[in-house]
Amino acid sequence: MLKDITLGQYFPGDTPVHRLDPRTKIVLLIVFIVALFSAVGWWSYGLVLAVTIAVMILGHITPKNIFKGLKPMLFIIVLTALLNIFYTSGTPVVEGWIITWEGIGRSVQMILRIVLLIACTFLLTYTTSPIALTDGLEKLMNPLKKIRVPVHEMTLMMSMALRFIPTLIEETDKIMSAQKARGADFETGSLVRRAKALLPILVPLFVSSFRRADELAVAMESRCYHGGEGRTRMKQMKLSRADVVAFILGALFLAAVFVLRHFGL
Amino acid sequence: MPELRVEALTHTYSAGTPFEKTAVENITLSIPAGQMLALLGHTGSGKSTFIQHLNALLQPTSGKVYYDGKDVNADKYARRDVKGKVGLVFQYPEYQLFEETVFKDIAFGPKNQGLSEREIDERVREAARFVGVEEELFERSPLELSGGQKRRVAIAGVIAMRPGVLILDEPTAGLDPAGCRQILDNIRAYREETGSTVILVSHNMDDAARMADRLIVFDHGRLAMDGTPEEVFARPEELIAIGLNVPQAAALAMALRERGVALEGSIFTHEQLRAAVLRAKEAGAC
Amino acid sequence: MTVIEFKQVHFTYPGEGKESLCGIDLAIEAGSFVAVLGHNGSGKSTLAKHMNAILTPTEGRVLVEGIDTAEEARLLDVRRRVGMVFQNPDNQIVANVVEDDVAFAPENLGVPPEEIRARVDAALKQVGMYELRQHAPHLLSGGQKQRVAIAGVLAMQPDIIVLDEPTAMLDPQGREEVIRTITRLCRENGMTVVLITHHMDECVGADRLVVMSEGRIVADGSPAAVFSQVELMEREGLSVPETTRLLYDLRADGLSLPLDALDTAACADAVAACLSRHSERSEES
Repeated sequence: MLKDITLGQYFPGDTPVHRLDPRTKIVLLIVFIVALFSAVGWWSYGLVLAVTIAVMILGHITPKNIFKGLKPMLFIIVLTALLNIFYTSGTPVVEGWIITWEGIGRSVQMILRIVLLIACTFLLTYTTSPIALTDGLEKLMNPLKKIRVPVHEMTLMMSMALRFIPTLIEETDKIMSAQKARGADFETGSLVRRAKALLPILVPLFVSSFRRADELAVAMESRCYHGGEGRTRMKQMKLSRADVVAFILGALFLAAVFVLRHFGL
Repeated sequence: MPELRVEALTHTYSAGTPFEKTAVENITLSIPAGQMLALLGHTGSGKSTFIQHLNALLQPTSGKVYYDGKDVNADKYARRDVKGKVGLVFQYPEYQLFEETVFKDIAFGPKNQGLSEREIDERVREAARFVGVEEELFERSPLELSGGQKRRVAIAGVIAMRPGVLILDEPTAGLDPAGCRQILDNIRAYREETGSTVILVSHNMDDAARMADRLIVFDHGRLAMDGTPEEVFARPEELIAIGLNVPQAAALAMALRERGVALEGSIFTHEQLRAAVLRAKEAGAC
Repeated sequence: MTVIEFKQVHFTYPGEGKESLCGIDLAIEAGSFVAVLGHNGSGKSTLAKHMNAILTPTEGRVLVEGIDTAEEARLLDVRRRVGMVFQNPDNQIVANVVEDDVAFAPENLGVPPEEIRARVDAALKQVGMYELRQHAPHLLSGGQKQRVAIAGVLAMQPDIIVLDEPTAMLDPQGREEVIRTITRLCRENGMTVVLITHHMDECVGADRLVVMSEGRIVADGSPAAVFSQVELMEREGLSVPETTRLLYDLRADGLSLPLDALDTAACADAVAACLSRHSERSEES
């Protein structure tokens, strides 16, 4: 059933990683990605991997959680690995083979790069609630308001979309059942037929979404919403000592990767 | 005549996960053709899960559902066929309307059954008549109609499949008293004219008391009570313990009896109460 | 003291020929519980939307604590005073967490963070949802969602709360939760409550019952007095409580009974007394 799909993928918890300010986590994610793409040799890859594992342990995220998230990406990972194995020149593993030692090395590094990239993003979303994430983004992008980027409106839209995803999924489920009860068939037939069969779901879904949007707008206005101007927030974000420590560790990590890179390790 | 039979039906959601929840547990009952049955129970009692098994929208975790002696889950053809035979109208069915015109929307079900144009036309007109949707509305967009009209068009969309059993989940939810009365009158007339089985899922005890000849009460996924309105409403304490109300007339009769007024018989409708009070008056006068 | 006053209010929706409100005069007293009853399309929702300036009259004036709702500069002043709760609980909750949603209005009003916290906690306690403050709204029952919506309005610290068919989409349990909550807000906290509904049983506990039809007020008085006008209620497509119904029919059958015994106990008392009078009289003769 549609309801079973988890979205946002937040695992509530009370670990040092969960407690960090969302802004810290977003900045550190960027630091991590820069480090990952600066890694050249086995030493630097090893360091990046070690840091990922350390954060996983701190945040009580199991490898199983990460692998579950990787599943949809499996195809791309395998494809990249194969391309690298077959299209890297060097010393063949066995005389006359197309597969080279360099190719194997390259493909392992490429797998690591993709897996770690996805893993670190998951580490952020697994340990930070969507609402904290949007709040963090809004705060980080605040300077952009000066150049008239509608930061408040954008992040409000994001958080409301998150709020309504479960509601809309539930509604889709209901409409699907209702149309199935009238004999609609979503599972068989050609692709065109199946696409056509979606119409009885999409039309009611759009109609009700517009109605929802309309009612929501009136409800928001009734609660004195008048844009981002003069708005305060109940939950103030404060950087704690842990955040400072995290920043220092992040900087050291990035520096270490650059040093290793300098020596080609 | 086709009978609907449920044998030891159990449905468990998300079996084998920490979210495992048994919504319906070991339900056995048989519904003879032509019965008007009211299914009562509060939110989360398993009513909705139960009715979705009757037309094979959900498959039982264990147990069987038979319509006309055939297992509705025998194969995918059986599962498809039963949808036209056991018509299910969901709560707030007006949200399922999607076609450009009222006519096309009512025709959606019969079309899926693979009927000819002529037959479809006949069925749409017949269904529209049952719910009191005038033919002038046929070419209008369903979105332009009033709330009550939309609901009736949606019900017509299920009736047009000519089901032997019509199930309606809270057909009066959100309507004003006049709208409620009209829908219930339509349903009653439909049943009298076609002789089909009708299952009414409701929170409203007064509607159930007025409409049904058999009441079934669900509590926590189990069958808690099953009998005629006389039998079920004769046990008001049990209903209240389950968290359901009793019809207003029954509550008033209880209060009168507590005050020493000798009212005869099982009382759950206004007419019964009025007659019983008058009888009590005559008895006192003799 | 009058908190909301309608003075000869007419209203026509843009693009429609027919008036939805035709000359409404209505004054709502501070601290009272007013129920507005009417069938669909009677204009009762339109009336409600005039109370916090979602709609403004095409003719006439609406005053909220003396402020004209047509005065655009004072829009927030009006809305802060009149909290509005709507029919569909899903379409008025904006945040992913209960307490964040309740904080929405005071945040909009620029209230300092510590005070928002205090208001949110107080509002959630008033509606009995404090324990569930960290929950995601979509996992709550209909009645609970509606109570969150009420808390979201209370956090503005309004003087008046208007509820536009808040129970239409709820099951009996949810309806009872909501009615109990708003009754308590009125009786214990002195809040003015305006309840728009088409469930006559929800009006029984109100101080005053206003019946609307075709954009006009057709009855106005105590619930007992209004419901005793059985013919009028039926003409308007509305039902009356079983108690009134029984008293009315028994009177037609020749029993001498009052019409205004609204709740079950009072009605049973009246009928029992009448019957015992009757049997005494027949014994005498």
